[in-house]
Amino acid sequence: MTDQPSLHHQQVHQADFLDPKKSVIPTFSLLQQNGELYPTAEAPDLSKQHALKIHDTFLFIRALDERMLASQRQGRISFYMTEIGEEAADICSAAALKPEDTIFAQYREQGALAYRGFSVDQFMNQIFSNELDLGKGRQMPVHYGSKALNYVTISSPLATQIPQATGYAYGLKQDKKDQVVICYFGEGAASEGDFHAGLNMAAVLKAPVIFFCRNNGYAISTPTHEQFAGDGIASRGAGYGIKTLRVDGNDALAVYQATCLARKIAVEEPQPVLIEAMTYRLGAHSSSDDPSGYRSKEEESKWREQDPVARFSHWLIKQGWWTKEQEESSLAKHRKQVAEAMKKAEKLPKPPLETLFSDVYDELPWHLEEQLEEAKAHILRNPTAYPATAGRLVK
Amino acid sequence: MSKVNLLQAVNSALETAMQQDERVLCFGEDVGAFGGVFRATSGLQEKFGPSRCFNTPLTEQGIIGFAIGLAAQKQRPVAEIQFADYIFPAFDQLVNEAAKYRYRSGNEFDVGSLTVRTPYGGGINGGLYHSQSPEAYFTHTPGLKVVVPRNPYQAKGLLLASIADNNPVLFLEPKKLYRASTGEVPDEPYQLPLGKAEVVREGTDITLVAWGAQVQVIEEAADKAAELGISCEVIDLCTLLPWDRATLAASVKKTGRLVINHEAPKTSGFGAELAASLQEACFLHLESPILRVTGWDTPFPLALEKEYFPNALRTLDAIQSSMDY
Repeated sequence: MTDQPSLHHQQVHQADFLDPKKSVIPTFSLLQQNGELYPTAEAPDLSKQHALKIHDTFLFIRALDERMLASQRQGRISFYMTEIGEEAADICSAAALKPEDTIFAQYREQGALAYRGFSVDQFMNQIFSNELDLGKGRQMPVHYGSKALNYVTISSPLATQIPQATGYAYGLKQDKKDQVVICYFGEGAASEGDFHAGLNMAAVLKAPVIFFCRNNGYAISTPTHEQFAGDGIASRGAGYGIKTLRVDGNDALAVYQATCLARKIAVEEPQPVLIEAMTYRLGAHSSSDDPSGYRSKEEESKWREQDPVARFSHWLIKQGWWTKEQEESSLAKHRKQVAEAMKKAEKLPKPPLETLFSDVYDELPWHLEEQLEEAKAHILRNPTAYPATAGRLVK
Repeated sequence: MSKVNLLQAVNSALETAMQQDERVLCFGEDVGAFGGVFRATSGLQEKFGPSRCFNTPLTEQGIIGFAIGLAAQKQRPVAEIQFADYIFPAFDQLVNEAAKYRYRSGNEFDVGSLTVRTPYGGGINGGLYHSQSPEAYFTHTPGLKVVVPRNPYQAKGLLLASIADNNPVLFLEPKKLYRASTGEVPDEPYQLPLGKAEVVREGTDITLVAWGAQVQVIEEAADKAAELGISCEVIDLCTLLPWDRATLAASVKKTGRLVINHEAPKTSGFGAELAASLQEACFLHLESPILRVTGWDTPFPLALEKEYFPNALRTLDAIQSSMDY
């Protein structure tokens, strides 16, 4: 048996090059900035309770990002990454999934994790790399992960999570579970080879994974026109044989609806789906970056007018589910909680010395046992040089 | 017991593992219906179906990334990289991802069920890109285990142990021996311990250590040395990471001399690690400098493969120079 396509299939006799510029993929959107639906748009089936949970997560993330960036500026933490401007993309896509679906994130999706129920204390423990951090203080701030919440721990190398998400999803299919994986990445990461590897394998092996691209306009300083020449990331979906949708990433309702539909395709058919969410990174790439060197204030303020949180808030108010006063008091409540959690977390000690050596393997091999003893003995001989660990070592 | 070659032993280990645990999946380029370019996965798709033994697209980084995802989801993947020379597109996935999964997540997630099999080494007229021995790149990576069998009995026992082990294992198969090495192998399942060297031959004057296909080279050198009245202790390291220092140190303390043999280039080869660690452990027992007989510090050649190769004759030179020191 051969599945090679016939050479004679649909022959033409003029050399008509396919011009990608002639077909631009449209953007699915439902909600206007003033909180009104577009005339022909229909709101998705979203309950008041569900909508308010989304909005509460929006406001929590705003409070968290604002405070953590300030803390970094004060020198209290080494590093931070905000997701301001992109909250609808990650939070509303996560809201469209089930809690047992697995999330493979890049690094700017703390909203999806917060939506899942990661507590403010858990955020703080990771950011301050203290002894209660689930990651045992081993990774820079914002590299979260939680087995209980099916949120796979983030790593810094870009796009490595994409083929992994495919493998994880294939495993779910093997187990006959009605679950999906969602895999987040930026439009810059989509230039990595792992993007190609992950999408192609998912399509060929029919893995139930939703590839969710946050096209936020910049990879650190590199604008999209210096990243790719095609029609964004969505145009690549067809080449892999993957069903694809481009969505307004600042439109909470459209992102929610798109992801609900994608989940259905992924589970039922099963096959991968690609969503490209068009959005904008209103903040810097990270606390180490200054966007004034590569983009204008005018551009930023144009996008600030498209704020996804304000747009959703307008819709909630029009629904009669929310008020401006509630918005203010909710934001104030989150700010207070973040500040209190931060004070608590920064006082906690660093993880003990043993965690430097544990988890390299499932058990300590002889050479790591030996090195741990060597490190202990050295620290005990020089306790003032190692204040974080010396006091807790037993002679 | 059956008399089989190394390739059949690998195939038997894979079949056993798939039989024992339905979460064992075998995949890679041409691994499915065709059974692999060397035939290591022959018959597995037929027996266990295309969802458990299958072809992947031609993408090494994809194969390993995919395998990592499967392992994180608690399947037990055995991924094949067709030639060790082509593992480098997957270097990032192995070194930055698989090796660090447990550590970076604080043990929230791990990929301990991952095994990566790949044929390595020269002697098949493969030139630069079908001959390399890339073990040292991976022994420099905390979090990985690196295992190399030398014969069919080890291939089955060590591969089953690698698949069962709860750490990511790189299993390097000496392709030169796939058909050349034959031996009696139990039909039933068995495991050989990882991290344990094997004293292949006891001796008193000098210790020789190698792994994989080079073990037969140092055995041949030991035979030649015996004719000259030199008694060699021959050790197969079996696992390179974590390696069995205790067995090696005990032997070197006894003989006072050590020659290391590996096919990979000399500079920063795994022999350098052995030499450094064993002089630390055995300094006062050493009668002569630890010597290394290795591939030259060049890419792997084609026409001059014989001149590149750290063969028994070169090993014998080193044995004599160690004895005469």
